[in-house]
Amino acid sequence: MPEQTKTIDFSTLFSAARQTGDYDAVNELIPYAHFLGIRLDHDEDGTPLFVLPFDKKNIGNTHLPAIHGGVIAGFLENAAIIHLLYAMESSTMPKPINCNIDYLRSGRPIDTYAKCDVTKQGRRIANVSITAWQDNPDKLIASARYHFKVTPEG
Amino acid sequence: MSDKAPSRSKKSQKNIDSIPHSAELGIEFVCRDDTSATLKIPYKKELIGNPLTGTVHGGVVLSLIDSTCGRAVFIALKTPETIATLDLRVDYFKPAQPEQDLYCVAECYKLTRTVVFMRAIVYQDDIDDPIASSVSTFMRTSVQ
Repeated sequence: MPEQTKTIDFSTLFSAARQTGDYDAVNELIPYAHFLGIRLDHDEDGTPLFVLPFDKKNIGNTHLPAIHGGVIAGFLENAAIIHLLYAMESSTMPKPINCNIDYLRSGRPIDTYAKCDVTKQGRRIANVSITAWQDNPDKLIASARYHFKVTPEG
Repeated sequence: MSDKAPSRSKKSQKNIDSIPHSAELGIEFVCRDDTSATLKIPYKKELIGNPLTGTVHGGVVLSLIDSTCGRAVFIALKTPETIATLDLRVDYFKPAQPEQDLYCVAECYKLTRTVVFMRAIVYQDDIDDPIASSVSTFMRTSVQ
């Protein structure tokens, strides 16, 4: 099917979610995010907060046990994409250009959280920093820096 | 690259399947030689990242890279050892084509007493026209 025939009105989708506090439509938007079990929430000041509830199928090391490094990376990348759409800093799906992911601690078999910071929003490129932690926000388990190709609103 | 030992191939697939998330993604062992490993992820609708185009999520590409590098690290180490991913850089050249499997070939380009330096290429039908390239480092946790 040609790409042009399909569209998603991201701003309407995200405005509705913000107003009702019901993020199910957003969580269902990306099949892979649903596959990992990623949920979108927000902290007290309305900043998007991403949650990766622990799930046995996301384990990458059964001895420790620890969450798969690819799952953590996918969680961070997805957080950045949704954050850019949520903040309406892109009207189309942001496309990753490159990323640097640092693994700081192993992902234990508990819930993981992530938050994004748009370091720079240009006309075509966004630079996003993402951090992930588990039970202690001061002890990051991973941090990443991403460049995305974006199409800003208007 | 070819793997003429079917028993070794079966063992490699068994190792992959013993990792819950690799099994969940449907990662398949393709081949290995003395320095590199090749794995693949068959296209599945659950792995889509862009609902407009049907392209798989970048996270799937990252998982395939991490898994393939992990396998290739064990080839480089000769004897089994505990390893941990330290960092991972990926350059995305173009989006993956929908309905097509993803392949990743990874090799160690430098092995030190504490760190394994890896590089990997992700492609679909043509290794000379890759969709992503990666460099990563792994800690050898059992070596002081």
